Amino acid sequence: MKSVTTPGGLPGARPFRRAALALLPLLAACGGGGGGGTDSHLARYPQTTFRPASEMAEVQMDLFNVTLWMGVAVGLLTFAAIGYIMLRYRYHPEAPEPKAVHGSTKLEIAWTLAPALIVAIIAVLTVRAIFITQPEPPENALTVRAIGKQWWWEFRYGVPGGDTVVTANEIHVPVGTPVQVLLETDNVLHSFWVPQMAGKRDMITNRVNRLIFTPREPGVYLGQCGEFCGASHALMRMRLIAHTPEGYAQWLENEQRPALEPADSAGAVGLGKQLVTKGACAGCHTIKGTPAIGRTAPNLTHFGRRRTLAAGIMENNAENLAAWVANAPALKPGSLMPAFSGPGVAGALTPEQISYIVAYLQSLQ
Amino acid sequence: MASTATLAPPHAPAAAHAHPTGIWSWITTVDHKRIGILYGVTSFFFFLVAGVEALLIRVQLAVPNNDFLSAELYNQLFTMHALTMIFGALMPLTAAFFNYIVPLQIGARDVAFPRLNALSYWVYLFGSIFLNVGFMLPLFGGDAQAPNSGWFAYAPITTNQFSPGFGMDFYVLGLQILGLSSIMASLNFIITIVNLRAPGMRLMRMPIFTWMTLITAVLIVTAMAVFTIAVTELMFDRVFGTNFYNLRNAAGQVTGSDPLLWQHLFWIFGHPEVYILILPIMGMISETIPTFSRKPLFGYNVMVFSGVLIGWLGWGVWSHHMFATGMGPIADSFFALSTMLIGIPTGIKVFNWLGTMWGGSIRFTTSMLFSIAFIAMFTIGGISGVMHSAAPSDLQQTDTYFIVAHLHYVFFGGTVLGLWAGMYYWYPKVFGRLLDERMGKAHFWLTLIGMNLTFFPMHFLGMFGMLRRTFTYADNMGFNEMNMMATIGAFLIAIGTLIFAVNLFTAWKRGKPAGHNPWGAATLEWSIPSPPPVYNFHTIPVVHSRVPLWEKNPAVADVVEHDPESSEFAEAEDEDEGQGQGSHIAVAGVDLGEVPTPRDKNRMSADELGIHLPPPSYWPIVLAMGVSAVFIGLIFRRVDGPLHNLWLLTVVGVFTVILSIYAWAFEPGHSPHH
Repeated sequence: MKSVTTPGGLPGARPFRRAALALLPLLAACGGGGGGGTDSHLARYPQTTFRPASEMAEVQMDLFNVTLWMGVAVGLLTFAAIGYIMLRYRYHPEAPEPKAVHGSTKLEIAWTLAPALIVAIIAVLTVRAIFITQPEPPENALTVRAIGKQWWWEFRYGVPGGDTVVTANEIHVPVGTPVQVLLETDNVLHSFWVPQMAGKRDMITNRVNRLIFTPREPGVYLGQCGEFCGASHALMRMRLIAHTPEGYAQWLENEQRPALEPADSAGAVGLGKQLVTKGACAGCHTIKGTPAIGRTAPNLTHFGRRRTLAAGIMENNAENLAAWVANAPALKPGSLMPAFSGPGVAGALTPEQISYIVAYLQSLQ
Repeated sequence: MASTATLAPPHAPAAAHAHPTGIWSWITTVDHKRIGILYGVTSFFFFLVAGVEALLIRVQLAVPNNDFLSAELYNQLFTMHALTMIFGALMPLTAAFFNYIVPLQIGARDVAFPRLNALSYWVYLFGSIFLNVGFMLPLFGGDAQAPNSGWFAYAPITTNQFSPGFGMDFYVLGLQILGLSSIMASLNFIITIVNLRAPGMRLMRMPIFTWMTLITAVLIVTAMAVFTIAVTELMFDRVFGTNFYNLRNAAGQVTGSDPLLWQHLFWIFGHPEVYILILPIMGMISETIPTFSRKPLFGYNVMVFSGVLIGWLGWGVWSHHMFATGMGPIADSFFALSTMLIGIPTGIKVFNWLGTMWGGSIRFTTSMLFSIAFIAMFTIGGISGVMHSAAPSDLQQTDTYFIVAHLHYVFFGGTVLGLWAGMYYWYPKVFGRLLDERMGKAHFWLTLIGMNLTFFPMHFLGMFGMLRRTFTYADNMGFNEMNMMATIGAFLIAIGTLIFAVNLFTAWKRGKPAGHNPWGAATLEWSIPSPPPVYNFHTIPVVHSRVPLWEKNPAVADVVEHDPESSEFAEAEDEDEGQGQGSHIAVAGVDLGEVPTPRDKNRMSADELGIHLPPPSYWPIVLAMGVSAVFIGLIFRRVDGPLHNLWLLTVVGVFTVILSIYAWAFEPGHSPHH
């Protein structure tokens, strides 16, 4: 599976957060907080929760830091007490038999109040954060419907004029505008998670869930399905692409167009279109402006513009695409898309035909 | 009881009742001690099975994009690892201790319903085997079809539409069988503890382990009932076509089913289940720590009430597993706060254990090392637990490896380490021989280092975005090194566990003889020989204190001065118990003093002493077979071909159940040969 580059990070982490990251070098494997131009932490851990890129994620991270440091303090005190007791009160032959102390009401009250106090602080901050992170949708919010599938994501945008833009596995949003993602599923449960944007929110059958966040910086943010959803749960990944408002407008405009027509209907692209729109592909995939109007698989109208394929598990290039078309279940166990090539496949595609299909799909800019 | 002694022939061969042997005697046994050993051996076996499953998972995850296991097999393994650990290994391991130790601690001769106890065991055995049948299908030429949707089995992935194979049938049917076993066993323990305590053992004189057993048993009865509802609904969906969780009915119409119903039912069971797995362990180390610190438990009352409180609050926190489902800010706040509250009684327990050790004279036996490690590791798991209660930040952690780390610090660092503390502590009572301390220390250090190497990096993996229940991960995510560390750690644990297994086996025949009370402990089970005679106590003791054996031990005379209740103490059989010729015994280089040699009375048979014991019975195992057949037959209802007719096993099972209950009810209450 090919690597996918993630853009450099957010402006330097605030001191509090950087202090939190100072704990990480406890493990040699962890890179500390970056700051400056390139963020080494984000480069090393592209799906990290330690680089919030929206207010929602930041509130969640700040609360995490409070609980983390309180926890570390309590843990260290407890460990120190255990260590002291083990050294100080270890058995040695000359020691007198210990005095039998059965308890102390004062101490019991003290060590009931101490954790109660810690818990009270966390409780206040938690309830505050709960209400901050579950706001009513603002009026200017951009609404995107996200529908979980086995094992990919469908994203639907309503556009003026009643049209709907449908895409898959890459959710495009503008920075600076609150994004309201409506979460749905028509199959098993899934969970929408782009760690730098927000914590998880489940997609639950017969319900619509909501997640609201405002991306700050343009970039590509990794995400993945958080709720076990079957054989290829591990391979249900996604990208959130945050554009500048202008970039987003351009993207949306392009998405509204029907699929590009092949320049030469007898060339590889044109032959590929024949195969795709008149063959088995059309039964499941939609390519706007062609006879392909299937609804069960990802919309491919502008497939050529996607960075990755098969729900973010591979770079979208000719080689990977050919392998995917030939035998999707080999790359994604349990995939509903059957193998179209190889021994035992009825009406198998020839490598040549696959290359036409690849050429056509890549032309769908 | 004594009146039945007239039934005994005056010169019955002593050995007949004292030490019946042979497989048949184990199959028909109703002796709580033998059932305890059966529970222990079986659950240790399933612990090894689940451990092997964990190792396979760790091998698969050692490197990115690995294809050592297929996605499908991986999903079966992580599901079965959890199910086997929880229902096949850890719960029954605690049940082994309940069975063996609790009647001894309360001065009873057996549990209240000995045949019911045997029935619980056999049902558990058949249920655990049944749950694993899916892995045996390759032996018959099929694919492995064990449950594959996680132990939490969130609908609707568990319905026929998404799980058409037999995997989830084994889940719904197997867990009903195991649930029956747990409920029967727990009712038995509740009734035993409430009714069969020795004279003078008031509730607030009960050993803490017995107390925690009582709380746990109440939790099991109530929690398992809820789970049974959920699983029965799912069984009806899968086998009979109801639509509790099906997205579409048989005609293809959308049903409007609500998957959240399952989640609520599951976690109303699932969260108390966590306390079911940890409270008995808290009880165990509340026995070991005082013993090895030579001090009575600090804050006994508080320990009891905090245990009750944990069990009680455990009912009001279930939705903290569901913060990501979008319950709304009010519900999120409630469950966040109730979860935080549990941190308080848990913290109190930790402080009281430290208070017990403070000022003590601590002997670092293997059992004590495991107990101290329990406190430390469980503290880590408890702290990350409080962190999860902060709902907004939990949304980043839930379903990631951070949770895997947290739950393993609770279940492995807590439950397993505590169980091993209990094992080193009570093994000498059960088998009359001490486990080897050198092997024990090796086992301890390998386990402690191994578990931290395995589970500590998982905190970071989770925060860096690695999701749980994923069969692989990409190469460029930064997960590689820490996963390799975790895999290495898992194999260290495996080596430690192998040493432990060897220790358990070799000590059985060759361990140092333990005597009555090798650790100088305070509770009643240590007043009788090791292993105890079949009737436990030749004379039922009268209890005047929480620490009956320390009352008369001059070495800890201080106890007497500081215990307001102690002046009343006098053990009924004390006068004729004489200490005889003893032998000194040393553990971990520490002389534990003189071990009394049992006098003849403890070697006498029950008949000679005029003690009535329940006779052996084969109806428990027959009834257990019937119960299992009812559920096994339902599997075949979904099989095509000639095997389909095997669903008649259900009918056979029902008749077997009815017949055995009838025969059971009319079985004579004394030995048939009398």
